Amino acid sequence: MHANRLTHLQALEAESIEILREVAASFERPVMMYSIGKDSSVLLHLARKAFFPSKIPFPLLHVDTTFKFKEMIAFRDQTAKDYGFELIVHTNQDGVRDRINPFDHGSSRYTDIMKTQALRQALNAGKYDAAIGGARRDEEKSRAKERIFSHRNANHAWDPKNQRPELWRTFNTRLNPGESMRVFPISNWTELDVWTYIYSEQIPITPLYFARPRPVVERSGTLIMVDDERLPLAPGETPREEVVRFRTLGCYPLTGAIRSDAADLPSIIMEMQASRTSEREGRLIDSDSVGSMEKKKQEGYF
Amino acid sequence: MSAAMATPDTDLDLWLAQQTDKSLLRFMTCGSVDDGKSTLIGRLLYDSQQVLDDQLASLKKESHNRTVGDEGIDFSLLVDGLSAEREQGITIDVAYRFFSTDKRKFIVADTPGHEQYTRNMATGASNAELALVLIDARKGVLTQTRRHSFILSLIGVKHVVLVVNKIDLVDYDQATFDRIVADYRAFAEPLGFKSLAAVPVSALRGDNILTNSERTRWYSGEPLVPYLENIDVAEDRTAEKFRFPVQWVNRPNLDFRGFSGTVASGVIKVGDEVLIASSRKPAAVRSIVTMDGELERAIAGQAVTLVLDREVDVSRGDVLTHAGETPEFSNQFQARLVWMNDEPAFPGRSYLLKIGAQTVPATITDLKYRINVNTLEQTAATKVDLNEVATVTLATDKPIAFDPYAANALTGGFILVDRLSNATLGAGTIEFGLRRAQNLTYQSFDVNREVRARMKGQTPRIVWFTGLSGSGKSSIANILEQRLTAEGRHAYILDGDNVRHGLNKDLGFTEAARVENIRRVAEVAKLMADAGLIVLVSFISPFENERRLAREIAGDVDFTEVYVDTPLAVCEARDPKGLYKRARAGEIKNFTGIDSPFEAPANPELVLHGAEAEPAALAAELKDWLEL
Repeated sequence: MHANRLTHLQALEAESIEILREVAASFERPVMMYSIGKDSSVLLHLARKAFFPSKIPFPLLHVDTTFKFKEMIAFRDQTAKDYGFELIVHTNQDGVRDRINPFDHGSSRYTDIMKTQALRQALNAGKYDAAIGGARRDEEKSRAKERIFSHRNANHAWDPKNQRPELWRTFNTRLNPGESMRVFPISNWTELDVWTYIYSEQIPITPLYFARPRPVVERSGTLIMVDDERLPLAPGETPREEVVRFRTLGCYPLTGAIRSDAADLPSIIMEMQASRTSEREGRLIDSDSVGSMEKKKQEGYF
Repeated sequence: MSAAMATPDTDLDLWLAQQTDKSLLRFMTCGSVDDGKSTLIGRLLYDSQQVLDDQLASLKKESHNRTVGDEGIDFSLLVDGLSAEREQGITIDVAYRFFSTDKRKFIVADTPGHEQYTRNMATGASNAELALVLIDARKGVLTQTRRHSFILSLIGVKHVVLVVNKIDLVDYDQATFDRIVADYRAFAEPLGFKSLAAVPVSALRGDNILTNSERTRWYSGEPLVPYLENIDVAEDRTAEKFRFPVQWVNRPNLDFRGFSGTVASGVIKVGDEVLIASSRKPAAVRSIVTMDGELERAIAGQAVTLVLDREVDVSRGDVLTHAGETPEFSNQFQARLVWMNDEPAFPGRSYLLKIGAQTVPATITDLKYRINVNTLEQTAATKVDLNEVATVTLATDKPIAFDPYAANALTGGFILVDRLSNATLGAGTIEFGLRRAQNLTYQSFDVNREVRARMKGQTPRIVWFTGLSGSGKSSIANILEQRLTAEGRHAYILDGDNVRHGLNKDLGFTEAARVENIRRVAEVAKLMADAGLIVLVSFISPFENERRLAREIAGDVDFTEVYVDTPLAVCEARDPKGLYKRARAGEIKNFTGIDSPFEAPANPELVLHGAEAEPAALAAELKDWLEL
C-alpha cells in the first residue's frame, strides 16, 4: 500500500465493508444470499472482515433449485462448517411436488418457480427486511442501473423508474412495513476485480471454476456438464470427457462450460484478460429475450 | 487486505503490480436530452475494446433501423439497459460502466439528461471526481446544461470537460465550437471549477475520442481519452482532519468493545488521543483491529474497528476526532438544498436528516432564497420545487457533528427523508453552522443530574401546567410548591407572567413569539431539572406543537403534562387580572380563548377540572398522582 493512498482493490474492499456494516446497523432482520459462486465467496469473505472479531450477525440463505452442481452443494456445506455461519437452505416444495425441471418446463418457467418464487417464499418466511446479494454492475445492462440499496415493495418488486437517489455513501435504509431492501455491496467490482481479489486474499472457491476433465454434451454450441442421471440424453448423444471449467455457476443444465486449461487462479486470471466474451454468455436464462433480466428483477429475482 | 501472495507467478504478479499501480478515475456524463451521452459512453467502451464479441454480436442485431456510426453500431444501446429507456430512447437512471486503458481504470456514471430525472444526475455527481458536460453542437448551451453545471459545483465536482458533441453535424465548424465554449465559460466562471477543458467530438463517428481527428485540424488540444488518462484529480484525504463516524458497535463478547467505521478523512494511529464529538469525552486508541491483524495506523478510506483505552459512551452516529480538531457540533446550520421530490419542500415541515451514520428529525427553519439556474440569481421563495436549488437554514432536534461540505463531503453532505413514505426527498450540503449555535460545545461535567438529585434526595422532573388564563394553574402550582417545600423537597415555579417580565420581555404575542417564549422556558426548565429541581411550569401554552416542543426539549427528564380544564366562562367570570375584560374591549390582541384559539391537549398525563374543585384539593390530587 502506498503510504497515503489505497489501491484500487483496497478501496473496493473498504467500500463493501462499509455497506455491509450499514446493513447490520440499520435493519432488524438482514440476510445474505449465498449462491456458492465466486461472487458469493467474495461477499462472504468481506462479511467476515466487516464484523471481525464478531461473527457475521445475520444468516446466509441458499435457494436450492435441486439442480445445482453436486460439487457446489458439497462446497457450501463444507464452507458453512469451516466458518460457522448460520446457513438456511430453502427449496420451493411446491416445485418439488410438481417435479418442475428445466427440461420439461423450459428454463424461464423453471427459473421463475425454483428461483424467483423460492426466493420470495424464503424472504417472506424469514421476514427479512434486507437481502444482501453479490450482483455487480458490470454483469448485465439492467444491473448497471441498480442502486447499492435497492428498494423493493411489499411484493418484492423493483421499480426502475422510482429508485431512491443515492448520494455519496449516505444510504436511505428506512422501510415501511412489508417493504424490503436488496443490497449489493460489490456493485462497483468488475469480474476481473473479483478474480484478482480471490487470488490475493486466497479465498476458497468451488473446484468447478478450475479446468478438469468433465463429462459434457454439446448442445447448440453450449457445453453442458452431465452432473447426474437426470439430464435427458438425445438419441445417439453420449457424454464425452473434455477439459472444461465454469466461468459462472448456476443450475447445471443451464450453465455452459468453457473449454479451458486454466487449472489454477493465476491461469484463470490470465485467461480472463484475453477473453473476448462476457461472463454471462454461458447463462442461458439471460438470453431468453431482450430485457429479460430486468423483467425477472421486477418480479423479485436478484 | 493482506498483501501476501501465496504462489508467486512472475507473469501474473507483474501484471497485478501494473493493475495495482493504475489509478482509478470516477467520472460522469451529464447534459441535456439527446446530446449523445449514452452514445459517447458506448463509444468509449468500444474504442477501449471493452465490448466483447458476444455483446457486439447482439448489439449489431439490435442496431438495425437506428442511427448508427461508421461501424454499423448504435453505441447508445450499450448503456441504455432498461426496457423503458429503449422504448423512449432516453436515459432514465444512472448506469455505471467500467473500462480501463493501459494507464487508468475508469468507472463512469451515465446520468440522465431529462429534467424529470435531475435527482439521478445529482446521485451520479456525488461520487464523481470529474464530469463530462455534453453539448449538442447544433444547440449550444441549454437550460439543462446550466442546471447540471450548477449542481456539479454544488456537489463539489471540481473538474469539468465540456464535450461539444455532434461536431460532424455542424460540418466540423470551428466558429461554432468557439462560440459554445465562450458561452459556457462565461456562465461557468462563478462556479469555480478547478479545471475546465473543451473538446470537439463526434461520439458517433469517433472524432477526437482516442486520437486527434483529421476533420478538426483547428483543434490543438488532447483528444478525450488521453485527456481523461492524464488529468490529475487526486486529493490527499489523509492530509485532512481525522473524522471517524461510528457505524456499528462491535461487541462479540464482554471483553471486546470496538467501534467499526470507515475513516472519512485523515489518519489515526495507535496511541492517538481522540475525542467523542457528542460528549467531548477523551480517550486513546488502544488498537486498530482488522481480520488481517492489528494495524499501527489507518488512513482515509479504510474500514477498521477502533478499540479505545477506557469505557466511554459511544454509539452509532457518534464521530471520533482528534482533540483540538473537532467538527462543529450544533443543531442549526445553513445549507444548500437540491430538492428531488414532486412534493415541494416547505419551511416548518419536519423531515428526517441523515448525515454519516446520524439520523435526526430536522426542520427547515428559513428558506433564504432559491437560485435561478439560468442566471445564478437568488430569488425569494416560500417553497422549493422538484429539481430546484435553494439556500436554507435547518434545525435538528438534537445537535449533530458536521463539517462544512467544502471541507469534507462525507461529514458535510446529508439527505432528507420523508417521515411517512420514507422517500429520499432532497440532498443538502452544509455551508456553515449558524452563529448562535457555533462555538457552543456541550461540556461534559462529572457532577451531573443524578449526583445533584441524589444530594437533594429527589427525582428531578418537569410538571407542565397548561390551560386558559384564570383556569387555576398558578394557584395549584403555588400550593403544590408550598407542600413540597414543607416536606424538604426542592421545587421552583416558572410562571408565564413572571418570565415575560424578565427573560422573555422582548417577546410579543404573535405565533412566532409564542413559540420562542415556550422554547426558552422549556430550556430553562430543563436546566433547573438538571440542577436537581422539581420544576412547575405554569404557562397557558395554547398550541399542541409548542407543548410537543417543550416535551422534546425536556429529553430524558421526566415530563408531566397537566391540563387544568376549566370552562372559558368560569375563567372569564374569575378574571383575576382583569385581562378578559380588556380583551373583550379589544385592548389586548391575540388573547387565548377570545381571539386566539386554545388547542386542548389530546393526551395529557393528567386532567384537573378547575371548575369542580378548590385549588388545594386539585394540588393534593396532583401530588398523589405524581407520588411525591
